[in-house]
Amino acid sequence: MKNYVLEVKNLSTSFHSGKKEIPAVENLSFSILEGETLGIVGESGSGKSVTALSIMRLIPNPPGEIIGGEILYKDSDLLKISDDKIRQIRGNSISMIFQEPMTSLNPVYTIGNQLSEALILHKNLSKKEAMAKSLEMLISVGVPLAEKRLRQYPHQLSGGMRQRVMIAMALSCEPDILIADEPTTALDVTIQAQILNLIKEMKDRMGTAVLLITHDMGVIAEVADRVLVMYCGRAVEYADARTLFKTPKHPYTVGLLESIPNIEGEKKELHSIRGSVPTPGQITEGCRFKTRCDFVMDKCITLEPPIFDVGESKVRCWKYE
Amino acid sequence: MLKYIIKKIILMIPVLIGLTIIIFLILHLAPGDPVDLIVGPNATPEVYENIRRDLGLDKPLLTQYMVFVGKLLKGDLGDSILQRRPVMDMIIQRFPITLEVGVWALILSFVIAIPTGILAAVNRNSTLDYAAMTFALVGVSMPTFFLGLLLLYFFAFRLGWFPVSGYGTWRHLILPVIAIGVTDAAVTARMVRSSMLEVIGQDYVRTARAKGLDENKVINKHALKNALIPIITLLGMRMGWIMGGSVILEIVFNRPGIGRLMVDAIFSRDYPVVQGSMLLLTASILLGNLIADILYAVADPRIKY
Ligand SMILES: Nc1ncnc2c1ncn2[C@@H]1O[C@H](COP(=O)(O)OP(=O)(O)O)[C@@H](O)[C@H]1O
Ligand SMILES: [Mg+2]
Repeated sequence: MKNYVLEVKNLSTSFHSGKKEIPAVENLSFSILEGETLGIVGESGSGKSVTALSIMRLIPNPPGEIIGGEILYKDSDLLKISDDKIRQIRGNSISMIFQEPMTSLNPVYTIGNQLSEALILHKNLSKKEAMAKSLEMLISVGVPLAEKRLRQYPHQLSGGMRQRVMIAMALSCEPDILIADEPTTALDVTIQAQILNLIKEMKDRMGTAVLLITHDMGVIAEVADRVLVMYCGRAVEYADARTLFKTPKHPYTVGLLESIPNIEGEKKELHSIRGSVPTPGQITEGCRFKTRCDFVMDKCITLEPPIFDVGESKVRCWKYE
Repeated sequence: MLKYIIKKIILMIPVLIGLTIIIFLILHLAPGDPVDLIVGPNATPEVYENIRRDLGLDKPLLTQYMVFVGKLLKGDLGDSILQRRPVMDMIIQRFPITLEVGVWALILSFVIAIPTGILAAVNRNSTLDYAAMTFALVGVSMPTFFLGLLLLYFFAFRLGWFPVSGYGTWRHLILPVIAIGVTDAAVTARMVRSSMLEVIGQDYVRTARAKGLDENKVINKHALKNALIPIITLLGMRMGWIMGGSVILEIVFNRPGIGRLMVDAIFSRDYPVVQGSMLLLTASILLGNLIADILYAVADPRIKY
């Protein structure tokens, strides 16, 4: 049996707005197995990035605050360890790449400078050794003319190349976990597939576990071993990918699946899910999905469903009581 | 890089030409006759005419301008009407006195403003931030000459720590440098703070944190260099301010710099001296802009040159 590399238990993260505390993620639990790819999927605003940033302890405070829960990594709770300790983990044991490759690299430092930084910091390499390792990483993520790229600045690279650089940077210290927050969303469709393949390939080569965040079920179908579906700061369905795609249970998951591009590559609207995601704090009682659900019952209006075990899946819906 | 600098210099030429025209015109169209001042009220019309011709003031305006520019290109700013010696000599003698205050004030301003701005931004909405911004607000709203007068009153007249007027030693420098440096720092600190606040929210700063870098590295390496780019751009503008402040304070502290020279020349309608000192002041502001452009290109790799 495989071990968990990361366990998130009852994570709650809120943002303060004036006197109010608006929850962005509530009571979220999931775990990542060694070397697997866990996909987190949900529409924009469902709390995926907040979840990722909470794991890295990079929630901007103020206004954000992790108000509860545990994030267990190697016998320690990442939410309890010192700032120094979490810095030793960031970029070293757990690293992250972001949705915005165009702005995620510092415009005034060279690629080589930025790539070698984590190596110098975490692996105690000299500048020269770090540069050599950076070059190696650039080559392995398929950046052409890698040697020249090391001396170039981010603005001299395309979005796809920058995302490759980000991946090289994130993987350079051989982390246990790579968090990829919508790594392909900002890229052209053709580049998207290349980047996804690269993540898959690097994961297999290095044995890194991947937490892949996306709003696109198509991406999940391609890379995820297990899937967590989030809606409005909550887990609504949690299952292995095969089960989820074969027998989706939560009405929201069903809706998302109908938005996967069909064979012609055309994207259908999410017409099966009417309305839009409520803003956090807008719905305060009952099921968060009640305003958009086709199967809404009286109970859903006032009582929030707990998570039910349904076969191999975990589902937050009264239908499966 | 050299090409970029040359391009910038060429771009300055039309500005310089415009400047000479304006400086030339303002004075020649202004009321008041310098010949009267020289010859005195009792001179005969012949003497008056002779002097006028000697000074070239009888020629058409355009000719006077051409002569002015022609000499200028040879480094000749003409002779002072009153002192009958080359304006260039007078300026060379006086300019260091002004420059000294300007340069030190600029250094003082940056030494105060950059750390203050950074600390205020990093500790946004803290007591420190409020204190710094209150200081900045007071500094911004206080005219340089007023601060100069206050300093003069307390530290020179009342306490006697510094000389009341004159120049030559570092003790003469302290008060005017503080007056300009502090008021300028107030403006710059606000710019550094807002620039820093913007940069701190950028994605690449988050990337730097995600690497595991400590706050010190994140702020002083990744954020600072980006935050200073707009500050460098404004350096040229600040040069103008500082030179202007320096000129005003020469009146307050009675320092015989270029400002003093210019003001005296204006009152005595010594045209060539006024023109020369104005040209020098504006040229030094242009030079400041050029330096800022070069530093900007060095700091920001996205600038193509
Ligand atoms: N910096 C922030 N300040 C205030 N609210 C935030 C901030 N970041 C995220 N939120 C809130 O958290 C919710 C979830 O955001 P996010 O995790 O970014 O969603 P997504 O699933 O699209 O990644 C958003 O609706 C937003 O209201
Ligand atoms: Mg997001």
